[in-house]
Amino acid sequence: MTQYVIKRVGLFIPTIILASLMIFSLMRLLPGDPALLKLLGDEGSVHFTDEDLARERARLGTDRWLPIQYVAWVGGMLKGDFGESLYYETPVSDDLRERLPVTVQLTIMGIGLAILISVPVGVLSAVRQDTRLDYGLRVFTISGVALPTFLTGILIVFIISRWFNWTPPLGFAPIWEDPAKNLQQMILPAIALGFYDSCFIARVTRSAMLEVFREDYIRTARSKGLAEWFVVGRHALKNAFLPVITIIGWQFGRVISGTVIIETIFLVPGMGRLLIDSILHRDYTMIQGLVVLVTLLVMLVNLTVDLLYAWLDPRIRYA
Amino acid sequence: MTTRGIGSIAGSPSLGRRGLDKLGPAWEGIRRFSKRKPLGAMGAALLLFLILVAIFANVLAPYDPYETNPTEFRYAKPGGAYLLGGDDVGRDVLSRIIFGTRLALHVGIVSVVLGAIIGGALGISSAYVGGAFDLLVQRVIDAMMAFPGLVLALAIMAVLGSSVNNVIAALVIVFVPGITRILRSQGLSIKEMDYVLAARAMGCSSKRIMLRHILPNCVASLIVLSTITLGWAIIVEASLSFLGAGVPADMPSWGGMLSGAAQKLIQVAPWLIFFPGLAIALAVFSVNLLGDALRDVLDPRLRGTGSG
Repeated sequence: MTQYVIKRVGLFIPTIILASLMIFSLMRLLPGDPALLKLLGDEGSVHFTDEDLARERARLGTDRWLPIQYVAWVGGMLKGDFGESLYYETPVSDDLRERLPVTVQLTIMGIGLAILISVPVGVLSAVRQDTRLDYGLRVFTISGVALPTFLTGILIVFIISRWFNWTPPLGFAPIWEDPAKNLQQMILPAIALGFYDSCFIARVTRSAMLEVFREDYIRTARSKGLAEWFVVGRHALKNAFLPVITIIGWQFGRVISGTVIIETIFLVPGMGRLLIDSILHRDYTMIQGLVVLVTLLVMLVNLTVDLLYAWLDPRIRYA
Repeated sequence: MTTRGIGSIAGSPSLGRRGLDKLGPAWEGIRRFSKRKPLGAMGAALLLFLILVAIFANVLAPYDPYETNPTEFRYAKPGGAYLLGGDDVGRDVLSRIIFGTRLALHVGIVSVVLGAIIGGALGISSAYVGGAFDLLVQRVIDAMMAFPGLVLALAIMAVLGSSVNNVIAALVIVFVPGITRILRSQGLSIKEMDYVLAARAMGCSSKRIMLRHILPNCVASLIVLSTITLGWAIIVEASLSFLGAGVPADMPSWGGMLSGAAQKLIQVAPWLIFFPGLAIALAVFSVNLLGDALRDVLDPRLRGTGSG
């Protein structure tokens, strides 16, 4: 296990360095100079001198050699300093600190709901294979994976606003201030976010369960007279859960992508909304910080899932 | 296995010789595919329909998709002169959906084809050449795959700015790593085959081995992957345009039609959401059906690499 952990973590470090280098280079490809863009402002005023420009460049640090800029940027991030927002002129880390918990909460609720709904549905579908119930659930889940996240989101807003006269709330209550109000605000976005994955995980669970049902140990468990619920719960589900965990890990990046859309539709002030706003404001330091943070988050989750998987299944770690 | 799979799609000579169908082996292949995978055939038919709509968009669209007529057709209800209603500046929703089909398929097909070419070339050469080159390519791919797809596409669009070609470029960058990864693993197993050894013994160059021996055996997977990726491309393009970071806002795109006024006026003018949404769902659904069926027939090993 130790060897596997070392190998897996050893892969993690060069990947995150390379990924940060990529996003850094991408942001340096931008047409124009951030200092110039900033001084020009939205109106394109020309009231500044070359001296102002040089001073602004020195302040933003864009007058330095690119590799130095990269090292300074990474070094800053390690200390929790993500630079200054080009638009708001406040530290990027302030916004990240405020927005990160919202997105993390939304993601956890979305995936949590998806697992809570999909695993029982998948198990039920497998246990009642080829019955009318199974067909019904399968048709539903297959149509579900054809619906892009933003359509699900808009549909939910449409249905709720039509029949319950609901509109996306303007104010936002963080969970540590007003848990009841917060959950009320987050539940619909979480459902919209988790919908695709509910359908997807249900399909995976069903096929994993069906595969396990064919194993000898299931027949043994049944023939020694164990109750059917015990066979399904203890013997089958426990083994069928492995592929399901992997899929959930793989889906994490997709879910994070989904939060960008869902936060925009439901006006949730998380990192996704901030990313869209920053793109509109051409706030490159903010975009850079957000992308790195989100990517790091996804990579950490994938690493955890991989290690968890190896811990649960010895076949992986000795392979 | 894989080569036989292609035969049943593109039509193998042996079928023609048996004289099962006088219309030729290609037709026979299609007929057999439809019989085996009726849902896949339905997806293919729907996709073909959408492609025809895209090609003949200027003939089919009753109005100019850019023409505004706020006084007469602003939020016009469906069923009038504007069959599917009018939007916030009085443009014909039907015409915009028809031209949106052209945009969605243009962006989707071009980005998938480019992604398949680049990813295929990188994956196969990485597998065949191996060594330091393989290691380098794989680390770069690892890093690119670490980004959530839509987030990477958004960051690229933020730098490049709104335009059709930039959306295509962003999609290609997002698609290449996944395609490279799968093609590399295929290449690695094919590389060990006896016929590759035989080709090398005969003195074939590396280029010839890759192009004439390894590539043809990867074509089946590449076709399946491309179809699955096309569904994803349609979703990502629509998402980007929906978020205002895709094609320019006035261009008729399915995703763009759903954003802005349409979303705020969901109660007053639900058709502004309903019809473009239906178009997206239909396109993605048909591509997914076709992709699943092709995968089962051509390359069952790719199971589980569903569209994201």
